Amino acid sequence: MLRKWTAADVARKVIENKELFILDVRNADAFEEWKIEGHHFQYLNIPYFELLDGVEEILPQIPTNMDVLVVCAKEGSSIMVAEMLSEAGREVGYLEGGMKAWSMHIEPIKVGELAGGGELYQFVRLGKGCLSYMAISEGEAAIIDAVRFTDVFTTFAEEKGVAIKHVLDTHLHADHISGGRHIASQTGASYYLPPKDAEEVVFDYTPLTDGLTIQLGASRIEVGALYSPGHTIGSTSFVIDEQYLLTGDILFIDSIGRPDLAGLAEDWVADLRETLYSRYRKLADGLIVLPAHFMILDELNNDGTVAKRLGDLFEENHGLNVEDEDVFRSMVTDNLPPQPNAYQEIRQVNMGKITPSHEEQTEMEIGPNRCAVR
Amino acid sequence: MIKSDVQLDAKGLACPMPIVRTKKAMNDVLEGQVLEIQATDKGSVADLAAWSKTVGHQYIGTHEESGVFYHYIRKCDHEANEQQDKTYDKTISIEDAIKGEGFILDVREAAEFAFGHIPGAHSIPMGELQNRLKELDQDKTIYVICRTGMRSDLAAQQLAEAGFRDIYNVLPGMSGYTGDLEKSLG
Repeated sequence: MLRKWTAADVARKVIENKELFILDVRNADAFEEWKIEGHHFQYLNIPYFELLDGVEEILPQIPTNMDVLVVCAKEGSSIMVAEMLSEAGREVGYLEGGMKAWSMHIEPIKVGELAGGGELYQFVRLGKGCLSYMAISEGEAAIIDAVRFTDVFTTFAEEKGVAIKHVLDTHLHADHISGGRHIASQTGASYYLPPKDAEEVVFDYTPLTDGLTIQLGASRIEVGALYSPGHTIGSTSFVIDEQYLLTGDILFIDSIGRPDLAGLAEDWVADLRETLYSRYRKLADGLIVLPAHFMILDELNNDGTVAKRLGDLFEENHGLNVEDEDVFRSMVTDNLPPQPNAYQEIRQVNMGKITPSHEEQTEMEIGPNRCAVR
Repeated sequence: MIKSDVQLDAKGLACPMPIVRTKKAMNDVLEGQVLEIQATDKGSVADLAAWSKTVGHQYIGTHEESGVFYHYIRKCDHEANEQQDKTYDKTISIEDAIKGEGFILDVREAAEFAFGHIPGAHSIPMGELQNRLKELDQDKTIYVICRTGMRSDLAAQQLAEAGFRDIYNVLPGMSGYTGDLEKSLG
């Protein structure tokens, strides 16, 4: 009997640091580029088309003392291979919806309490490394950096019995398609974008300017905007309730933002430096940094959240500790990692210039996010 | 429309079926012939290329037209043929052939030609050569090219036997060509 695993089942394994043996039957390039990451996961990559004549040869490589999950792009090939293994007497499972479902899975995790009974949630998209946020207070919600699976946010708000009033993006994203505008039009909420990133957008938005304050509910949770350019010219951070610093793609737990995705690395290095080494330095060390991405699993805390004290990052994050400006400049402009898949088109989608189908959007977002420099 | 010997309709099928069907269809394809696979699954593009490499067939290319992928694969028997000795002794390098005054005759299959050939080259697939000799001028210099120099070796012999006077086999063939390619797709 084949066991069908959902992406949520796999997410539990990742967050709880469990063991799992993944037989990934996509082709070698696809596996090399992007796979399901887990601290205690083991992998075997054999393309399904090499197993058409049988799985006998790989049986010795498949363990019998741990869970075995067969994974492919969509699920069809993993079912075929899992059935063959099952016929050979092995107990294995397959991932429902394949890597496509993995890329879309989002796990909401509570980050902490806000003043006056409010709550802050982090939405962890494990497969893509995207992080979104929802702050809730007195029946109202604000969402920051929503990904395109808008149902996750609207359903969650419904369950919590809160009305979505504000939808904000820290910047014009280049690695994933924003769900912000869609949620706003569905719920009647205001959609905020930094005007300097929004020069080419073709829809109406509320300008997100330095010092802007949004009040959530009667409990005066302030979402304060802090202009922090560098990843993009408009990049804006938020301070929530004087406790949390949402850094967007400027500062991550183990890396810093790359300045080249909108095409202007050289111009924006100075902004990036100014934001990280001057503007952020003036903030309280006790703020908890909540970025818009994680790149590696080591950035996850034990409860699955991605969060760390700003003071700790100033001590531990290599990107915040490059004294020499020239060294810093070369770090963020030379030898940058490859740019995210389809990042130019993704920017066009987020500007409202093109409207691809769901299928096309999925294709654009395939692969890791690559927004950082280490 | 690119010419092929056998066609397989795998439209509407999701992974792994396009490859499962391709593998089965290959059984009925003769050595050296070209199979065209029509598929709508995007994953088929990378997977068919990788599968061909695994089993030793020659993946020629993929051409997309209104949502359908047309894949072309030439059946090879583990390159066995490529190991044979070449016997036609008048040979020329690609560089010299391009600079030369003669006429470049590409004897690869139509699909191979369509996915990239030397600009100005003339296509007559090896299997059609005997019946199309009258398209060629007996007194002209002809440089015969294929992928690796094997088929062109046979073609050059055939032309010489048929009375053509100035025939050269171009070595190493298109597999060693790095210059501009001209395509004739769709």
